[in-house]
Amino acid sequence: MAKSALLKSSIAKKYWMAFTGLFLCLFLAGHLAGNLQLLVPNNALNFNKYALFMTTNPAVKILSYVTYLSILFHAVDGFLLTYQNIKARPVGYAKSNPSANSSFSSRNMAVLGTLILVFIVTHMVNFWAKMHFDQNIPLQTITVEVMGQKQELYLMTNDGYMATSQVAKTKEEAAKSGAQVYIKNRTEFYNTQADVKVGEGYKDLYKITVAFFKDPKYGLIATILYVVAMGVLAFHLLHGFQSAFQSIGLNSSTWIPKIKLFGKLFAIIVPILFAIIPVYIHFILK
Amino acid sequence: MSSAKNININLKIWRQKNAKAKGSMETYKLDNVSTASSFLEMLDQLNEQLINDKKEPVAFDHDCREGICGMCSLYINGRAHGPDTGTTTCQLHMRKFNDGDTIFIEPWRSKAFPVVKDLVVDRSAFDRIQQAGGFVSVNTSGRTMDANAIPIPKEDADKSFMAAACIGCGACVATCKNGSAMLFVGAKVSQYALLPQGKVEATQRVLNMVRQMDEEGFGNCTNTGACEVECPKGISLENIARMNREYLKASLK
Repeated sequence: MAKSALLKSSIAKKYWMAFTGLFLCLFLAGHLAGNLQLLVPNNALNFNKYALFMTTNPAVKILSYVTYLSILFHAVDGFLLTYQNIKARPVGYAKSNPSANSSFSSRNMAVLGTLILVFIVTHMVNFWAKMHFDQNIPLQTITVEVMGQKQELYLMTNDGYMATSQVAKTKEEAAKSGAQVYIKNRTEFYNTQADVKVGEGYKDLYKITVAFFKDPKYGLIATILYVVAMGVLAFHLLHGFQSAFQSIGLNSSTWIPKIKLFGKLFAIIVPILFAIIPVYIHFILK
Repeated sequence: MSSAKNININLKIWRQKNAKAKGSMETYKLDNVSTASSFLEMLDQLNEQLINDKKEPVAFDHDCREGICGMCSLYINGRAHGPDTGTTTCQLHMRKFNDGDTIFIEPWRSKAFPVVKDLVVDRSAFDRIQQAGGFVSVNTSGRTMDANAIPIPKEDADKSFMAAACIGCGACVATCKNGSAMLFVGAKVSQYALLPQGKVEATQRVLNMVRQMDEEGFGNCTNTGACEVECPKGISLENIARMNREYLKASLK
């Protein structure tokens, strides 16, 4: 009885909502810390190194799977809750005055959450999917001046360099141009003759991000939509953060005011910091 | 009562012949309502007018009219028990309204509280939740221990008493956008959970009461806090948190 109750009962749904929600708050804080590196000038290499770490480190990988599951569970549980809650009042009121007793955020968590889910999906298509699947992902390069001539070099994970002019995009291209090295599996540099791996490039997530928000056609609208999405997130967190603690049973007169204050600050500061980044890239970054 | 005056009001009231019939909002005009009368006295006055006009009077629940029995209900102008806080409908007075006002009066709306007639709803779902675990077993063999012989911290006793102030009127369910009964169940669970007498059945109590609550078709709590604001007895959200704790403890046992 107790086991099935922990999955199905109305209170169990609260726990799931709270635990996944709080975990996702932690994820937000971590994600923000990573993103803020985009604000540091001339930081492309460090950002890409960080992106490589975040996509390859086994511990981070486990955390990322927990994050995907949390998002899924949070969303499914939310839809289920909302569906049951609508069913719980088959006939509505002719006149109701909800603002007299509850906050806008608390009454619109489902709508706000759905908007956030739409944002997450588009966000993952724009960045995550490129990082994981884009066959033509740009690799980190630097431009150096060699004897008055500008030269573009690939930076490699073993701290080596390779001139971009000497690297072909594919094996076929290398055969045509006679390049010594070609790129295989999106990031690996292979020697054409011996067909052995000679090094690996950094996926240039920095370039993808900057190009996305600086796109002459869609950059502005992308920036605006991103900022709007962060506004939605702020309202969702404004109720969600402190609500999670109530759900797991923490409601003491000493802690609740502190949790509420921290929740409010978190809900306002985190989305603002997220939103500053695309605004900076679109309007300020040269 | 020198400040009392008479006002003329318009009423929009939910009329529904019986549980199966389809109801609708009907409009009535009521003149010369004393602002000194209570809201329910105003409805009595309307019913006299309807009876004189050979029409069916409006059915509504009421009993003690002193704000302690939990029998009266009514969703008045979009608020459970009307515009006042900490007040049942029977303790709401017409001085809160102005001449020419249109007042909406609707029954509690919840799948678990089906309309019986007009403004009367069936709240027996609350009784069944209570029967599922809202009690303590007491040895009545003749050697019953005096309740006051068990020392209880003052703070716990106070909190328990405040939870026990719940009159089971159902305003929490009516006002909750989700039609959730968690403030009621939270109060009933807390009232016992805080006392040593309630510890014996604590595990089964919370599991059974929550199961019954879910079976009755009440919605899920999303912590909007509307229930706490509209509760005529000021039952705190703290009680829902306590129930959440008790439920977690009981589930892991």
